[in-house]
Amino acid sequence: MIRSVPRSKLFDGLYLAYLIAFFIYLALPLTVTAVFAFNDAPFPSLPWKGFTLDWYFADGTGGRTGLFHDDGLLRALWVSAQIAFWVTLVSLALGCVNAVLFERLNFRGKEFLYLLMLLPLVIPGVILGVSILVFYSGMANDVSAAWGIELDIFRPGMTLVVMGQVTFITTLSTLVIAARLRKFDPQLEEAALNLGATPLVAWFTVTLPWLLPSIFGAAAMAFLMSFENFNTTVMLTGSDTPLTVALFNRLREGSTPVLNAVALLLMVGSAFLALLAMGRSSR
Amino acid sequence: MRSSASRLSLWLLLTPFVLWIVLLVLLPHLQMLRVSFQVRESWDTLTWGLQQYQNFFTESYYWRTFVRTGVMSLFTTFLTLIIAFPIAWYIARLARGRSKGLLFMACLIPFWASELVRTYGWMILLRESGLFSSWLQALGWVDGPVEMLYNDVAVIIGLVYNGLLFMVVPLVTTLDGMDENLVEAGYDLGGGHGTVLREIVVPWAMPGIVSGCIVVFMLTLGSYLTPVLMGGKDSAWFTQQIFTQFITRFNWEQGAALGVLLLVLSSVMVWLGLKVTGQSLRKVMG
Repeated sequence: MIRSVPRSKLFDGLYLAYLIAFFIYLALPLTVTAVFAFNDAPFPSLPWKGFTLDWYFADGTGGRTGLFHDDGLLRALWVSAQIAFWVTLVSLALGCVNAVLFERLNFRGKEFLYLLMLLPLVIPGVILGVSILVFYSGMANDVSAAWGIELDIFRPGMTLVVMGQVTFITTLSTLVIAARLRKFDPQLEEAALNLGATPLVAWFTVTLPWLLPSIFGAAAMAFLMSFENFNTTVMLTGSDTPLTVALFNRLREGSTPVLNAVALLLMVGSAFLALLAMGRSSR
Repeated sequence: MRSSASRLSLWLLLTPFVLWIVLLVLLPHLQMLRVSFQVRESWDTLTWGLQQYQNFFTESYYWRTFVRTGVMSLFTTFLTLIIAFPIAWYIARLARGRSKGLLFMACLIPFWASELVRTYGWMILLRESGLFSSWLQALGWVDGPVEMLYNDVAVIIGLVYNGLLFMVVPLVTTLDGMDENLVEAGYDLGGGHGTVLREIVVPWAMPGIVSGCIVVFMLTLGSYLTPVLMGGKDSAWFTQQIFTQFITRFNWEQGAALGVLLLVLSSVMVWLGLKVTGQSLRKVMG
């Protein structure tokens, strides 16, 4: 089963067939989604009726409303972008602090806190959402009932969605940044201190630049994860529905090629962001 | 002076961490646990009790779905491991140079699209008016449209697809670090394919296998989108019941109890997985 061990022709053939089948399985659903975004038919199904860009640009006059004229979807896209922006910002800041805490300092109970830090990765997303809903929205209800004060930010809506996503995305960004910090040579920082820099200056001129590629990678990852999250988000969303939830609701009503158009746009957007992050972090 | 400065920096760095863990993880989960033991007697009076948990055990619909979700998640995890292992092996050990990187990339790409997009793709393929149905008709193998969506097989196809990346990546990572001499030695000592796989490869890959299985199991158990969109009327998923209690019925007490049960199930399974294989959470996750 390794290169140096002889294998039979039949085995090799079967293995190759399996590989090909696997990659077809992997590619098929996304390929059909992308292709049907351009089919000139009202449903994403065969037969192929010819190429069209209507599902992007139609302005509603011919009974078709393309993505760029669909106010509901554009608004949801904007909501998602705002949420992703805040989630990225907060989880990166927390991730940097956590990485320094766990990689550079020694203190009692560190191992226990590290396990706590990993916890959000093994809690199902729906539960993260539900617990935050129960705690914060419940608190808003209680405060309103007891004192008549309305804590609207703790009602289902954008703040709660951001909080729910930050919960687990922070763990991921911590892991990414900590992995890079582990490879940092502390002598570089000491050299800066010996040359008369204050710890703060040394941090900003030596350590932070070293961490930048991982921070950039973590940012791209956080943004993508936030944009695509459904399980946690669906429990916490209020009247401003983010894109995944809006798409889900549309899908339940029935599918149109506009959904394919959005899906393709999302795929291209994420691929672009992922490639950018990989290019940056491989340097 | 030096030590007080480092104490200060410790507290400064510890504060954001503690706020995050306490405010977003610990307190919300404790509150969820608390609410699950509250019994609403009328609109403004609450007492404590096990009412919600009793409902779970007496209403067969709840616990049946619970067991079903657990069993199907286990099966999905197992299937994902079986499907992913040869692929990971090929990428880690057999592919060379450029093709190695390209194949690995090919496994990553589908996961830049969201779960919703991936599930949607499968719906286009499997439904009655979908591609597979059209192809089968064009080939003359079936007479009319066939519905392949809205059953358990469809749900498992979708769930396995969603889990693959989380299985392939840890497997490739651990298999990549394996010393080929170990495998050769295994064959030299007279081991067959089966023995070498069982005695050398699998033990070596265990951290990757456990980490992949934990993540896939947890994601599958907690997934909502794929079972709801691809499953039929009879294939309810436990997360669906939680959602119904919270959002549709506004029965938070019952929803919280179901949430706690799901959390217990996933924690127990993760813990068992780690115990049985002798791994630690830190090793497989961090």
